[in-house]
This record gives sequence, C-alpha cells and structure tokens, in this order.
Amino acid sequence: MSCFETLQAYGLRSIGIGERLLPKADITLCEQVVLIGSGMIWNVYFGILSLAFGFWLAVALALGKNTKSAVVRVPASSFIFLFRGSPLFIQFFVAYLLFVSLPKLGVVINLGFVEIDAQTRWLTRAWLGALIVLFLNTAAYSANIFHGALQSVPVGDLEAADAYGMNQRQKFWRVVWPTMLRLAWPSYTNEAIFMFHATTLVFFSGFPAWRQSGDALYYASYFADKTFNPFVPYPIVAGYFIALTLCIIGLWGLIERFLNRHQPKTGRRPRPRMIFMR
Amino acid sequence: MGVSCADPSLLEGLAWLSCYLMTGKHMAFYLSFLTVLILLAITAPVAIIFGLLGAVGSRARLLPVRLLGRGYISVVRGVPDIVFFLFVPIALDQGFEYLRHRIMCPEVLEPVRQGNDFVVCTIAKLPLNSDPQWLHEIYGFALAVLSFAIVFGAFAGNTFRGAFEAVPRNQLETAEAYGMSRLQVFWRVLLPQMWIYALPGLSNLWMILIKVTPLLFLLGVEDIVYWARELGSAKTSAFSFPHPDWRLWYFLVLLLFYLGLTKISEIVFARLMARYNMGQATLGGSRQLGQVGR
Repeated sequence: MSCFETLQAYGLRSIGIGERLLPKADITLCEQVVLIGSGMIWNVYFGILSLAFGFWLAVALALGKNTKSAVVRVPASSFIFLFRGSPLFIQFFVAYLLFVSLPKLGVVINLGFVEIDAQTRWLTRAWLGALIVLFLNTAAYSANIFHGALQSVPVGDLEAADAYGMNQRQKFWRVVWPTMLRLAWPSYTNEAIFMFHATTLVFFSGFPAWRQSGDALYYASYFADKTFNPFVPYPIVAGYFIALTLCIIGLWGLIERFLNRHQPKTGRRPRPRMIFMR
Repeated sequence: MGVSCADPSLLEGLAWLSCYLMTGKHMAFYLSFLTVLILLAITAPVAIIFGLLGAVGSRARLLPVRLLGRGYISVVRGVPDIVFFLFVPIALDQGFEYLRHRIMCPEVLEPVRQGNDFVVCTIAKLPLNSDPQWLHEIYGFALAVLSFAIVFGAFAGNTFRGAFEAVPRNQLETAEAYGMSRLQVFWRVLLPQMWIYALPGLSNLWMILIKVTPLLFLLGVEDIVYWARELGSAKTSAFSFPHPDWRLWYFLVLLLFYLGLTKISEIVFARLMARYNMGQATLGGSRQLGQVGR
C-alpha cells in the first residue's frame, strides 16, 4: 500500500471513516504517522469544545468566588477545590461510573428546525461524557486564574470609573472585564496548552474507545504494543503535540495582542510561562 | 470484633461490612495507599536532584553540557506527561536489557530487534525469569519512580533556573569580592539563597506530582486505582462476599484521599512559605506565588 492509499484508508479512521481493521503486521512508518495524526482529531475536538464552553463557566465561577455573599461564594470555591484538588484521571473514572449507573432514558429535544433524540447512554461515550469532565475541569482551573486576575484589578481604575459616574454594569463591562482578561491571559494560555495535553488521558481512563476509534495516544500505544518498539510512535505523538502547542501559543498570542492593543509598547512582552502539565 | 468472619454468608449488615472490609485483598488495597505515599516520598527528592543537575547544566560554561541541560528541560516540558510515562519505562527497560545483552553475551551476533520482537539472551533479561515475583514488582516500581523523576526533574529544573536568576546579583558579586572561587560562590551563596525563590514553584510541582500518581496504574503497578477496579467490580455468589458493581464508591474514596492530600499539602506549604519568608527581602512571597497550576 502506498502512503497515499494509507492516507485514504486511515486518515479519518479515528472518527470511523475508512478501513475497519487497524494494521496488524508489517506496520510502516507512514501508517503510524497517518493513524496517530487521525487520532489528533479527537484531541483537537476535546480541547476546542471544552475550552470554548469552559471559558464562560470559568468567568461565572470566578465572579461567584469573588462575591461577598456566602451562598454564592462557598459553592463556587468548593467546585474549584473539588476539580483542582483531585486528579483528572480519577475524575474520569468517577464520572464514567456515575454515567453508567444512570437509568437508560431518551429525551427528545426539539430545536425548532431539527429534533434530537438525546439519550443518557451518550454520556457513557467519550465524545460526550469525557467532554463534560474536561469542560468542568478546565472551568475550575480557569476560574482560579480569572479569580486571581479579578483581585489584581487596580483599585484606582475602579475609583476613576466611579468618579465618571459609571453604574455597576458599565463598570464591569468597561473596566473590570477587559482588565481581568488582560491580566489573566498569559496564565490562560498555559491553561489552554495543559487542556490539550490533558485530552490524551481520555481513552486511558474509564471511557472505552468505541470500535477502536481513539485519540493520538491511543493509537501510539497500540503501535507500541504491536511492534514492541516505543521509539517510533511516541516521538510521533510528541511531534504532533509540539506542533499543536505552537499553534495555541500563536493563536492565543494574537488574542493577547488584541487585549493589549491600547497599552504602550514597552520592549518585549512577557512570554507565557510554559509549564506543560495537568 | 467478636464476630467470626469464617462464614460470611451468615453475616448481615454492619458485621458483614466489617468482615468485608478486613479481607486480605482489602488489606492489599490499604497498603497500596502506602505505595502512593512511598512513590511521592522517593520521587520528590530524586526529581529535585535531576532538576538541580538540569538547571546547573543549563548554566554551564561548556557548550555541550549547556545544550544537554537546556534540551532536557525544554523537550520534556513540551510533550504531554502521559506520553513520557508510557514511553520512558519501556525505553529504559529495553535500554538496560540491551546493555546487559551486549556485555553478558557478546557471542550472540543477531540484531536485538527482529521484526516485531525485542530479543535478548536469557541471562540479560531484567529481572531474570527465575527471579521471585516481588523482585519483578520492585523493578516495575523502580522504573515508574525513575520515569516520574525524569519528567518532574525537567519541571523542577525550570523552576530552579528561574530561582538561580532571582538571587540578587550583588550577593554573588560580594562573594566574588571576598575572593571566593566559582564553586564556593555556588555552594555558599547561590544554592542556599535559591531555595526561597524556588519554593512556590516547587509547591506547585508537588501538587502536580500528587495528581499524577494515579497514572502508576498505567505502568502496571498494583496501585490504588488497580485495587479500586479489582475490588469494586461486581462479585457473583461464587465469591465469599458477593456484591453488585461498587466501583463508584471505591473511586469516590480515592477522590476523597486525593482531596485530603492536597488540602494537607496546601497547609504545610503555606506554613513553610511564612517561615522561609522571615527576614527575607521579598514581598512576603506574595509576588512570587504566581500561578498555582495543576
């Protein structure tokens, strides 16, 4: 099989399109690169969606943790502690077992133009169940970052806003919100990188890979098992992730430039501290 | 207890539960919590040594040493940790066996990699096939510790590199003015003062290290995750203590264990920080705390 044919057969294998059987014997380098790359689809899917939804929950949690009223503050900070204080790996197991024990139900959701037959068994599948866990997890970590940034908003700025006669709503949207984002952004860049790295855990925890449709690391460990040679598949995953990390740094850097567009340009801007870990 | 656990089918309620929680397998489960703590206790100092080597290496005058130090720190940090936990133990294992193979049976000339197999002569195997089971387990555990230490060493190395930079320059210049050699400046001035700057980063790393320990399970060590799955899964009446799928409860116990460990660590580090900040020319450490990651 030529490399192009391999690409046709396995390029979308991770989402169930293409050849059913995974390569078993005489595994070529091309097959490894293509199949592991195909698995990256899942990593990108989990990363993008959990960050996109997690961001908004994180902002809500950070604001909740910042309020004086204990009714709001205590649940928000407990949520943050629960998800930041325990390993993601264990969270996956607990969530999976919880979802499995739910009764099997179907709910028809009418979106006007289309009807969705939502079923609770979807929760036991990685695409939804793991996504929920990752979403809650990143929300907790980001909330902590945003909370730190909220507390660093300069008091002088708020006093100035008061002096201009802004009401609470205006003060939040015009002063607190942009400042908070600007201060939090370097750390939030790290969080995004961690998040993409954390997606590799999904298929190694409770969630089963349905019909051998897994993420990049799932296929890499499959190849390492089959060829008993870890020196090829794992460096391939590493290469893909370094490329992905560079994309995130680039994209998040653009947003950071936008957030700081009014700031005077002083020398080199601080680079995000790169600690790649969850 | 006063209750005989000899025939569990006769027991009910609390007596059943207390007998159930005292079985041999549960004892192994409780001991595996100790495994996690031992792993933490061994890995942390080893990782600190790796980190110091990496940080000192990345500041070395010799170019190859400097490149080695910097390469180690940056490559390990750029890749998901779990990739390393899957990769390093196999790589180390095969590396050790290959070395022993070369030294112990030089008469075998066939290549070690034959197709999809990795073949070394029998006496080069690690551990030997004839070795007792506990030696196999210790070997697996040691590989796990080493791979954790290599990954966390890189992270610690980055923290130390920052901390070395943070020590005020005039301290070092004063030491040089007193005629200390480079080595003396390092041991007597730089190293002792570096710790206070490294502490926030190290506490952060410790929290991460705690949360990475369940990955031991992936390395085949019989840790708490292994036992929670083993004990929690549904037991038919063929077992002396039949029960439905209780894995959820076992994993909730693990969750609580980790939350407790995190809480205790937070308190200890807050105390340490307050203690080390005494008399230091820093802003009460509050400035350096920075981001507390995972």
